[in-house]
Amino acid sequence: MPVHLSARLCALALTLLLIAFALPAFAGPFEDGVAKFANDDFSDTEEAIGVVASSGNKLAFPIISALQDGRLMADPDSKKVYVTGTDGKSIDAATGEAVASVPDSASAVRLNNRLRRSVDAAIGSLTLQSPDVGTRLQAAQSVFKSHEETALEAVDAALAKETNRSVKAALGDARAAILLFKSDATEVEKLEAVATLKARGDQEALALLTGMGDQPASVTKAAASAISSIQSSLAVWSGVQNAWYGLSLGSVLLLAAIGLAITFGVMGVINMAHGEMVMIGAYTTFVVQEVIRTRYPALFDYSLLIAVPLAFLVAGAIGVLIERSIIRFLYGRPLETLLATWGLSLVLQQAVRTMFGPTNREVGNPSWMSGAFELGQITITYNRLWILVFTLAVFAILLAMLRYTALGLEMRAVTQNRRMAASMGIATSRVDALTFGLGSGIAGIAGVALSQIDNVSPNLGQSYIIDSFMVVVFGGVGNLWGTLVGAFTLGIANKFLEPVAGAVLGKIAILVLIILFIQKRPRGLFALKGRAVEA
Amino acid sequence: MTPHMLTRSLDRSATIFLAVVAACGILIPLSNLLLPAGSFLQVPTYLVALWGKYVCYAILALAIDLIWGYCGILSLGHGAFFALGGYAMGMYLMRQIGTRGVYGNPVLPDFMVFLNYSKLPWYWYGFDMFWFAALMVLVVPGLLAFCFGWLAFRSRVTGVYLSIITQAMTYALLLAFFRNDFGFGGNNGLTDFKDILGFNVQAEGTRAALFALSCLALIIAFLICRSVVSSKLGKVLIAIRDAESRSRFLGYRVESYKLFVFTLSACMAGVAGALYVPQVGIINPSEFAPGNSIEAVIWVAVGGRGTLVGAALGAVVVNYAKTFFTSGVLAPYWLFMLGALFILVTLLLPKGIVGTFNAWWDSSKEKRAAAMASAAAEDGVTEPKMAE
Repeated sequence: MPVHLSARLCALALTLLLIAFALPAFAGPFEDGVAKFANDDFSDTEEAIGVVASSGNKLAFPIISALQDGRLMADPDSKKVYVTGTDGKSIDAATGEAVASVPDSASAVRLNNRLRRSVDAAIGSLTLQSPDVGTRLQAAQSVFKSHEETALEAVDAALAKETNRSVKAALGDARAAILLFKSDATEVEKLEAVATLKARGDQEALALLTGMGDQPASVTKAAASAISSIQSSLAVWSGVQNAWYGLSLGSVLLLAAIGLAITFGVMGVINMAHGEMVMIGAYTTFVVQEVIRTRYPALFDYSLLIAVPLAFLVAGAIGVLIERSIIRFLYGRPLETLLATWGLSLVLQQAVRTMFGPTNREVGNPSWMSGAFELGQITITYNRLWILVFTLAVFAILLAMLRYTALGLEMRAVTQNRRMAASMGIATSRVDALTFGLGSGIAGIAGVALSQIDNVSPNLGQSYIIDSFMVVVFGGVGNLWGTLVGAFTLGIANKFLEPVAGAVLGKIAILVLIILFIQKRPRGLFALKGRAVEA
Repeated sequence: MTPHMLTRSLDRSATIFLAVVAACGILIPLSNLLLPAGSFLQVPTYLVALWGKYVCYAILALAIDLIWGYCGILSLGHGAFFALGGYAMGMYLMRQIGTRGVYGNPVLPDFMVFLNYSKLPWYWYGFDMFWFAALMVLVVPGLLAFCFGWLAFRSRVTGVYLSIITQAMTYALLLAFFRNDFGFGGNNGLTDFKDILGFNVQAEGTRAALFALSCLALIIAFLICRSVVSSKLGKVLIAIRDAESRSRFLGYRVESYKLFVFTLSACMAGVAGALYVPQVGIINPSEFAPGNSIEAVIWVAVGGRGTLVGAALGAVVVNYAKTFFTSGVLAPYWLFMLGALFILVTLLLPKGIVGTFNAWWDSSKEKRAAAMASAAAEDGVTEPKMAE
């Protein structure tokens, strides 16, 4: 047939042309298989699916998934097959070459129900054997979720070849899920499947086991014991999860409150502008990162290490300035101090808003702070973990400073009895200024950490101020351990209340509980005792 | 300063204050209603509503001054009582909308229909009757203040601790009222009011009447505060403010005095809120924001704490300045000014405007008296020197 021949000749010419351009497009079994899609015959299509799926060609997956979605276009005249992408661009299915347009004579390759099943199976096995570990893992997990019987063969084939440990485990789970729901699986297979799911022990395994339907008696019994063991382990893990979230929240609260505890404890000063010191620390981080981005991009991973001392210095200097210019005139008038520092917080917020704009500024996570890892059934993000570590480090350093340095000794003396300390020759006004600077500086450091998990905006500080006051009031004044215990107690209590009462109601409940707690212990958990308190 | 002189100076400013408020309460509505629009002396309706708002703030400031200026209780949560009074009035106004809402439901307010409420929550019962709503305006803030104060004062929570937990209280209420399932309209609050007692809330006559009523309420609140602080009870309150432990040792039940004045103050704040809502036309959870309560405290500080007149004056002055500056080109600088006001007043003008003026007046009077005394001394007559 001349037409046929010319088409062949054309294809040959094209192939030669492609070879001339050194493209690896030999007319092998894959190309022949692809061409079979153009025959518009169900048995040919099935053959083609088999050939393409087992070819190992990187085009196999796009072709089969296009077939599934009705995006595989075949031209019966030229016997050429095209894949139309979801974006409307098309490629030649045999070669992967982009084509300008699909000829009008081409139509979508048709499927019937039998073919659809083989398409599904082909897709499953294709992704299960993808060279990319992530894709394989995802495929195995989706098979686990769908537990379609048709995928069993593909899973078995993939299991035989798989070398990656986590993918292998996921495939084993998927196999167990399939077998559990497969009606003609043997009892032994099903018992094994139950055991595998029990070992997996998560919410999804639980859902499969509870929804497995009619099973032989032995399997039902094994499943019941598996369910109860999974439920109890899940309960433990959710407790662990809440505890972790609570620790994480507690570390944030501690970081925000610790500076406040110092100024309030030593000087009896309520610093309503404390939150703004946190905000200034966060903006310092932003500025450091901006400079690094534009000048020394290689240093980005060190940006936080640079920002921590800078934030301490900036916020600390502002703190000393505030103490010298405003607060020292208001000693002995705590309520007035509260008002003045509130006014100061308005000024600082508005100043930052004028300088940096009212919107959120982007502060990036260095590589070592992004990502997460799994610990049993819970996911721990690196930034939360680092913040916890960082908070504890700051706390330890502060404690050591109070204990072992001259300034620490003076600060403790002034906390315990200001007049006696003054009589012993301690320059209390200098101690006050330095204490206020120290408290503000620590707030600045807190800002560096909080910039990693919160929006850096002029309102950053306000969202923490009430919570940090609660921590200080709850923990008791003049005792850093009280602040530590207060912060973690509130953090953990909050996170354990949240699943029961919801986030907002949980928070309200905590506020009400603190208000009630204050009635019982008006000076907090760890109150200073003695006469100085009544002053 | 002798108590005698204190009373006299207060009397003088109190009389002027009452006369000014009464004159405003009568003349502004009359000018608004009777004079032709656009005439030089006619007060436009929007100004009537605006000044009505200031008068409500003045009542709130009086309430704060009563506890802070005379009893030393710095509440950073008085905005909560104000807002609760406002919500009680708002609930009445919502029930008055009836079938005129967007969804036309005769019982459920629009937001409840929108949120798929099947029936009215129990705590909305009775708010279709004005007398009940008016009662709740007093009872709800009063009850909350009573319970809160009973717990706090009995266990001797004082000073900054009390300030912080009052702040926590208003913050908790803020969070609660923001929730849709709390049954108070969530984020949007209560608005789109139509009538109050059958009168259209938008009408000029209603607004003028509300303004006059607010002035009347301010006068009544002022008289109540005056009678409290000039009675023996008021002297005990001042004693508690200045030396709480000593008053307790002298045999006064400090917590009872505090509880009484705190509850009274909360009821006044509730009335202020109830008058505020129909004039502003909306009440939403942002009224509970801790910032609002602190701002109200600064009005008192600016005017002069412990002077009553000063509190009301401070509320009007600060809010007038706020309106003036936030509507002009200076708007971005308003927060700077407000912040600076907080700092400067506490640092440089701790007695506030009225307190400073009174001190100056008294000292100049004393000087005059001293001059007269020295003139008289030449005649050989001496007067006992007054204690400072």
